[in-house]
Amino acid sequence: MAVLVIVEHDNAQMKSVILTTISAAAKLSDDIHLLVAGSSCGAVADAAARISGVKKVLVCDAPQYAAALPENLAPLIVGLAQGYTHILAPATSAGKNVSPRIAALLDVAQISEITGVKSPDIFERPIYAGSAIATVQSSDSIKVITVRGTAFEPVIDSGGAAVIEAIAPIAANDSVRFIGQELSKSDRPELTSARVVVTGGRGLQSAENFKLLEVLADKLNGAVGATRAAVDAGFIANDAQIGQTGKIVAPELYIAVGVSGAIQHVAGIKDSKIIVAINKDEEAPIFQIADYGLVADLFKAVPELTAAI
Amino acid sequence: MKVLVPIKRVIDYNVKVRVKADGTGVETANVKMSMNPFDEIAIEQAVRLKEAGIAKEVVAFSAGVQACQETLRTALAMGADRAIHVVTDAELQPLAVAKLIKAVVARETPELVILGKQAIDDDCNQTGQMLAGLLGWPQGAFASKVSIANGLATIVREVDGGAETVEIKLPAIVTADLRLNEPRYATLPNIMKAKKKPIVNTTPAELGVDVAPRLKTLSVAEPPKRKGGVKVASVDVLIEKLKTEARVI
Ligand SMILES: Cc1cc2nc3c(=O)[nH]c(=O)nc-3n(C[C@H](O)[C@H](O)[C@H](O)COP(=O)(O)OP(=O)(O)OC[C@H]3O[C@@H](n4cnc5c(N)ncnc54)[C@H](O)[C@@H]3O)c2cc1C
Ligand SMILES: Nc1ncnc2c1ncn2[C@@H]1O[C@H](COP(=O)(O)O)[C@@H](O)[C@H]1O
Repeated sequence: MAVLVIVEHDNAQMKSVILTTISAAAKLSDDIHLLVAGSSCGAVADAAARISGVKKVLVCDAPQYAAALPENLAPLIVGLAQGYTHILAPATSAGKNVSPRIAALLDVAQISEITGVKSPDIFERPIYAGSAIATVQSSDSIKVITVRGTAFEPVIDSGGAAVIEAIAPIAANDSVRFIGQELSKSDRPELTSARVVVTGGRGLQSAENFKLLEVLADKLNGAVGATRAAVDAGFIANDAQIGQTGKIVAPELYIAVGVSGAIQHVAGIKDSKIIVAINKDEEAPIFQIADYGLVADLFKAVPELTAAI
Repeated sequence: MKVLVPIKRVIDYNVKVRVKADGTGVETANVKMSMNPFDEIAIEQAVRLKEAGIAKEVVAFSAGVQACQETLRTALAMGADRAIHVVTDAELQPLAVAKLIKAVVARETPELVILGKQAIDDDCNQTGQMLAGLLGWPQGAFASKVSIANGLATIVREVDGGAETVEIKLPAIVTADLRLNEPRYATLPNIMKAKKKPIVNTTPAELGVDVAPRLKTLSVAEPPKRKGGVKVASVDVLIEKLKTEARVI
């Protein structure tokens, strides 16, 4: 039977993370369908239909799907569910918002943030901030799953020629109203897909000092991330937080500056290829997982590094 | 308005969690347990609503072993008025917890349920959204700001790209993110007072809820270890290594 993947998009473009969700879906079935629910989202559906390996794209184009409100999305997906063995979404804030609601309406478990597919009903997922990996087996008829993007290789977004099929919307839920969004603007690559991530911690001391990291990140065409401590202190926006309860990243190069290496932070960076740590405390736990550790004052080392690259 | 706050007893976030040698789970014997940090934030928010005169009563809820009582006492010391404890030794998964809370919602009829966004043991991030689905209520998940007026809750939500605002009609579900507030510490006098606040016990059977797990844990293993690297003496050596050894720049 077929597998349904919920496409995340902003009505103009699909989010690239979906390619990793489809990659996980491909381990379950070769009959992969995508759902694009949105408003004036035709271009997204067209792009989705070109993704390699996709058989069918269901499009539900109506104003109530303009923002991915779970109150509207969940009943739509529940209505489609009987045709599918698995319903997958990326483990993003949007995917985590809607998937449990779908699962509850179907009276099935939801399997969060899988990092491995062992068989159609056996999955791996991290627990305790990645301190352990659980292998779980689902006995439900429909498996509702969110997929950790960094754990799967993206499929190719071209070469496919899926059928596009329009589906009817469901009446809008009037208990919720989308008011607006304030998205962080940045010309830098997205944190979760950047090849290089430069992260600042409490050691940076101020928002002003984060500029040091921005210059370094720009030289490396990287993104800027942060620890919870740096975000809580107001040095940088909330959405820059990396870790157990923030974003999960796995870049080629991760540079942690003034970061102690708390387990909740490390949970979000463990799968990076190379980790560099710059910290003035040689006992900082971050050095236990860093490939290259530099014991130094960041205010001296970072400008030096930026200048030398 | 009545606010219900489900709280979970979890291994304290400062404990280094160890996988059991037989691969059945993690070590919990003689390990410090605490209230899930997100649930402290949820309680704090409810208590602030009460202090602001918006909420009349704050009811804490927990499902699990007898010792959850202690965690509920902490919630009472932080300012909750009373507590409900679903006592069970059974393994509880989010769907089952959501069903238990739903059953309590039917009895208590709160206008607002504030949960934590995520339990730091199972890292599921599901229960609030599931409860919203089961009740057919709107949801404000991952809230960093909650304002309530005229039967509506305006929720600023943390999303991957920044922040998003939704307005939901009460009754509704909110899940607390880290930046919603900074929870207070329970003071000694309040801890003493909390001892006299009522905790009512019930059971899954009494609530008519089947809590049988839907997911079977086959094994729990250590994650692959990153092998420790080297310390470099200078920025120049670092750049050299990144270029020639790691080849990432
Ligand atoms: C429920 C929960 C969830 C959490 N989720 C997350 C999460 O998702 N992500 C996250 O990051 N954290 C999270 N945390 C917080 C986590 O426990 C740590 O508190 C946090 O990661 C510490 O951030 P930090 O390393 O910036 O600060 P600190 O631990 O204070 O470390 C600062 C470091 O900077 C170094 N330093 C200071 N000055 C200099 C200098 N001039 N030059 C060089 N080095 C310097 C110091 O030696 C120190 O090692 C969570 C905590 C809880 C309870
Ligand atoms: N056993 C439980 N008792 C009470 N509340 C719980 C329980 N399990 C989960 N919760 C609530 O649901 C939230 C999310 O948990 P989870 O979906 O497991 O990540 C927690 O922060 C709590 O508010």
